Amino acid sequence: MQWGAGIGVAMTGCSKTEKTAAVEEEGPSQLGATIRAYGERSPHEKSARFLPDTKTPEAASSRTPLADSHGIITPNGLHFERHHSGVPTIDPAAHKLLIHGLVSNPLMLTMGELKRLPSVSRVHFIECAGNSRSEWGTKGAPDVRQSHGLASCSEWTGVLLSVLLAEAGVQAKAKWLIAEGDDPCHMQRSIPLSKALDDIIVAYGQNGESLRPEQGYPLRLVVPGYEGNINVKWLRRINVTDQPGMVKDETSKYTELLGDGKARIFTFEMDAKSVITYPSGGHQLEGKGFHQITGLAWSGRGRVETVEISTDGGKTWKKAELQEPRHRMAFTRFRLGWTWDGGEAVLVSRCTDETGYTQPTRDDLIAVRGKNSDYHCNATKPWMVSADGKVTNA
Amino acid sequence: MRKALLVLTVSIVAAQSGKYGVGRAPAPEEIKRLDLTVLPDGTGLPAGGGSAAEGKLVYERRCQRCHGAEAKGGDEVAMVGGQGTLPTPKPLKTVGSYWPHATTLFDYVRRAMPFKEPGILTADQVYAVTAYILQLNGIIKDGERMDAKSLPAVRMPNRDGFIPDSRPDTGPKAKR
Repeated sequence: MQWGAGIGVAMTGCSKTEKTAAVEEEGPSQLGATIRAYGERSPHEKSARFLPDTKTPEAASSRTPLADSHGIITPNGLHFERHHSGVPTIDPAAHKLLIHGLVSNPLMLTMGELKRLPSVSRVHFIECAGNSRSEWGTKGAPDVRQSHGLASCSEWTGVLLSVLLAEAGVQAKAKWLIAEGDDPCHMQRSIPLSKALDDIIVAYGQNGESLRPEQGYPLRLVVPGYEGNINVKWLRRINVTDQPGMVKDETSKYTELLGDGKARIFTFEMDAKSVITYPSGGHQLEGKGFHQITGLAWSGRGRVETVEISTDGGKTWKKAELQEPRHRMAFTRFRLGWTWDGGEAVLVSRCTDETGYTQPTRDDLIAVRGKNSDYHCNATKPWMVSADGKVTNA
Repeated sequence: MRKALLVLTVSIVAAQSGKYGVGRAPAPEEIKRLDLTVLPDGTGLPAGGGSAAEGKLVYERRCQRCHGAEAKGGDEVAMVGGQGTLPTPKPLKTVGSYWPHATTLFDYVRRAMPFKEPGILTADQVYAVTAYILQLNGIIKDGERMDAKSLPAVRMPNRDGFIPDSRPDTGPKAKR
């Protein structure tokens, strides 16, 4: 305790007399809590996922409170969820992964066997293709949790799928694979073999611990930069094929209807996107003067190269500082100091990725896609700061 | 005992074939038991079959509560109608107006429906209810039986309604 008090004095610069007086008023300190086997956050911390009002919570999504996050990593308990038939309870000792189809040596792997193989740990975002669906409308969502919360970012650990496919021996005519989950509805998606041989992770670890059940425990695919639905959770089977399955979630869903009635199919990459998380909808600025504007940017096509911020609704732009290291297909934290003069301001960010692509406005997107494409909205998101400091959806 | 010996033998083969030799070769019947894949060309469709008339009975018992009478929609999505609406401001995307392959309907119903009891329907029932939805959409005739041969031969109205990804579609590098 004396140690703590000494450091407190040194760090805060309190005078010795003030500190002594405070200790006398408080009396002797009580001991804190004991050590415990598994930590929980402070009872003062209430940040939570947004839950929709739904009759079928087993087939629904929850949204990450991005405005509460620091840095680039989403805490495991706050990673967004999207389930199609509820979260299954899976015994890892009984779970197996089957790789079959156009392979020379079909493989059945236990979790223990998967963990014996060479592993990688990489930071990647996962974003639902339906994230920011609200922003197609004339009035967007009121806060960033609802508008952008179907995106999260973690350090994932597992075996590269390319390692497993090499073990199984992919045959020359193979072009696709169909990945399937062990959830009750056996959710599945087709994935081009070229992506599988590139950077897909068969993941069992998330931010230093095993996957959470709602993130696919004990095994999931992490498909860097591709739409969330393809990152199949509770992975149980990979069927190597010469054609896509044309399954429900790649035909009737996750296709984008254009103005002429045709629909884009197999739109895998999530386009470059950014959003200011402070100040953002629902915040109340405490007063004029210095505020740090901060937010998150990401691209399904690689690294974020620049983020620009406007405080006048897009008339003028300033480059934000980007947190390093910048990982490919990962959240990138941006920050910019701002002195609020107490007047109305419209804050908006836009990012550019390593391919040179710059995040468009909603009008830009609607001009080429119409209003019915539903998925893949990566429009810039303005927030209005009123003279009373209230921040709302602009 | 014979099965165990077989597995042991093949696992030794697998151990010699890969770089790491980890994992075992599954027995063919293990693969068959897990393999739910149905491809648009009909690969993977099981034996059995059913008609729209049979499917109507399955539908009314297992599907109607959520999808409404004659699949016109209720708490859950409509599965009929909408043909011709895709280029309009209010498109109605249904099996009849939007889905490019009939095999997808069989596959999805077999693995995921009914919502609260996925996997409960027999192959015959899935073929029958598939036939019923296709018939309601005017895609097959009343008496047509759906099975592993006839289902992949069904031509869906929006079969040619899909185009490859044409992004980036904004900015200086936009594909037009």
